[in-house]
Amino acid sequence: MATKNIMIVGVGGQGSLLASKLLGRLLVDEGFDVKVSEVHGMSQRGGSVVTYVRFGDRVCSPVIEEGEADFIVSFEKIEAARYVRNLRKGGTVIVNTQQIDPMPVIIGNAVYPENILDEMCSKGVNVDAIDALELASQAGSAKACNIVLMGRLAKYFDIPYEKWEAAIEKCVKPNFININKEAFRLGYNH
Amino acid sequence: MKKLMIGNAALARGLYEAGCCVISSYPGTPSTEITEEFAKFDDTYCEWAPNEKVATETAFGASLRGKRSACCMKHVGLNVAADPLFTMSYTGVNAGMVICVADDPGMHSSQNEQDSRHYAVAAKVPMLEPADSQEALDFAKIAYEISEQYDTPVFIKMCTRVAHSQSIVETGERTEVSKPYEKNPRKYIMAPANAIARHPFVEERTAKLTEYAESAAINRVESGDGSHDFGIITSSTSYQYVKEVFGDSVSVLKLGMVNPLPVNLIRDFAAQNKTVYVIEELDPIIETHCKSIGVPVIGKEKFSMLGEFSQKTIARAFGLADKENVSLDTDVPVRPPMMCAGCPHRGMYYVLAKNKITVLGDIGCYTLGSMPPLNALDMTLCMGASVSGIHGFNKAGGSETEQKTVCVIGDSTFMHSGVTGLINIAYNQSNSTVIILDNSITGMTGHQQNPTTGLNIKGDPAGKVDLESLCRSVGIRSVRVVDPYNLEECEKAVLEELAKDEPSVIISRRPCVLLKYVKPKKPLHINKDKCRGCKRCMKFGCPAISFRDGHAVIDNTLCIGCGVCAGLCPFDAFESEVE
Repeated sequence: MATKNIMIVGVGGQGSLLASKLLGRLLVDEGFDVKVSEVHGMSQRGGSVVTYVRFGDRVCSPVIEEGEADFIVSFEKIEAARYVRNLRKGGTVIVNTQQIDPMPVIIGNAVYPENILDEMCSKGVNVDAIDALELASQAGSAKACNIVLMGRLAKYFDIPYEKWEAAIEKCVKPNFININKEAFRLGYNH
Repeated sequence: MKKLMIGNAALARGLYEAGCCVISSYPGTPSTEITEEFAKFDDTYCEWAPNEKVATETAFGASLRGKRSACCMKHVGLNVAADPLFTMSYTGVNAGMVICVADDPGMHSSQNEQDSRHYAVAAKVPMLEPADSQEALDFAKIAYEISEQYDTPVFIKMCTRVAHSQSIVETGERTEVSKPYEKNPRKYIMAPANAIARHPFVEERTAKLTEYAESAAINRVESGDGSHDFGIITSSTSYQYVKEVFGDSVSVLKLGMVNPLPVNLIRDFAAQNKTVYVIEELDPIIETHCKSIGVPVIGKEKFSMLGEFSQKTIARAFGLADKENVSLDTDVPVRPPMMCAGCPHRGMYYVLAKNKITVLGDIGCYTLGSMPPLNALDMTLCMGASVSGIHGFNKAGGSETEQKTVCVIGDSTFMHSGVTGLINIAYNQSNSTVIILDNSITGMTGHQQNPTTGLNIKGDPAGKVDLESLCRSVGIRSVRVVDPYNLEECEKAVLEELAKDEPSVIISRRPCVLLKYVKPKKPLHINKDKCRGCKRCMKFGCPAISFRDGHAVIDNTLCIGCGVCAGLCPFDAFESEVE
């Protein structure tokens, strides 16, 4: 199988590490060669963060370059736009509609581009927008946004629902398994 | 068992399986997780040292006593550990010793882009360079074998993309190794007479290691399918990018050992290929070696010395077309990292910026105080440089400068190398004002304990350095503690200490809000009837406060209820919920 590429992007502290852990675990259990690349340290302090997940028969590079991503899962609107150059033609962006102002916007040096998702659509990007924050809150924790988005992503794969649930059980602390399973269900069924 | 592991965790596993008993390290991105993962094993000893020099010498001591040991650091940490390194090359080891060093091409979390391979060449110490997690584990075992067989410390060099990329690893079992300790002054006392006698050994060892490099399995030729008339010499993550672009079609000399480099292996490889490219991130170490042995190669004229590579870098250099992608017309505002909502550093920076004080900074989360809107910093160089730097700044500038300059340094960084600068201030008497931003943890690297926290790497009770006593004992008479959430108290302390005709230390103390024991309060909210849109609160630079439709708004997913912003509002618009 040709290598599939998924990027998980967002704002440092939003929980992208758990999402990539879940995906990595699932894909290894499915028998794929897998590479997951993330950056720790400075960029986790509220900066723009990106995680690359690649899987297939044989994966060499740990990073995803321009025009290579099959999916971009974005925890925030303009973060989706920031990395859309990495999307391949015909690729899909799954985006949480949450808006988190970056510091240049907060202090008035830049404007938050309100209609960025429309522009992405007009450029032929498949945009799957979802209010993950609302669904996560319904599931019991605003922090479960990441798993809502994983539920949404799961719609695009042939991997059985139970396998995703099993991966959640392996990756999440016991107290939070039920909330996260519910968050996953809400994202999947939305 | 097969599992997905980041390179650092796999390296820790490899050190463990190889029988490593003692690890001493100082945290630094992207090296930190090697030590954190090793600390999870029960039957070994592991610690955070105050700095990399101490860590390296601790690991050396353990090796001398007969146990396999290691120390781990980021590239700039190796500068601090360089002193023991160069002489350990002469003494060699008793039980095996490994120095893990992680470079950060692209500077994801670093102040420079130095290439650690120069140290291996300069100190004449062998260096292995894994290209993925499995190699990180395997190379740890090979490193100990080389260390003991050739009587030398051995480097394992990581980089961000190997250290922080997960790939599939097969783990094994631990073997125990122990050597007797025997007194051997001529080997271990590096006074001139003994060191003169050891230097020839170092040169002979390099010659023997070069022989090893010619046939070692970790330096391997992968023959292509004949469709290209060129070959590629590469290592580390660059190897992965080459394979991503060319698959198995091109001939590759994959080097797992980057010092010393083989001679005949490279000459033979060059003889079989019309053109040879050297693809290595940062500096032309392999390229220079090839040229020095008379092998013409193409290197840095095609592949940059700046930043990280990727498959795109390689593809472009060989004239392959870029992949089709999407580009937007709208500019997306940048999102730089920043201090967290509720960060205790922000209060002190607000006071310093408000009073237009010159601030010499240091390495840690608080370097982010340099960002707008606070723009509070004038200088950041390396660990500890704020304290030494302010002394020179004030000696050069005199009393006028002394009265409007401070330096800021974190608790962990102060322990690392700030205290020696403070001793200089006390000894050579500049009227410097040193602010220790004590958030009771090593923050930026992800919450490591340090000598001021009273806990060890496993979170168990440990010795605790009392910062106030330490500062007084080196000769600073004026030492005071303030709460950075109390802006009035901070401002008073800063202005008073600056005015004093003696050196002083202000300890700005409040734990990092990300620590588990720091319980967030309920988020504040804006009373829109009171908010007049004056934007004074925007000068605080808190990520939880933004401005929409003429009013300040608070993001209740970010606000931790510290309440400092409330004191900035002239109209009392910030309101906290009654708990």
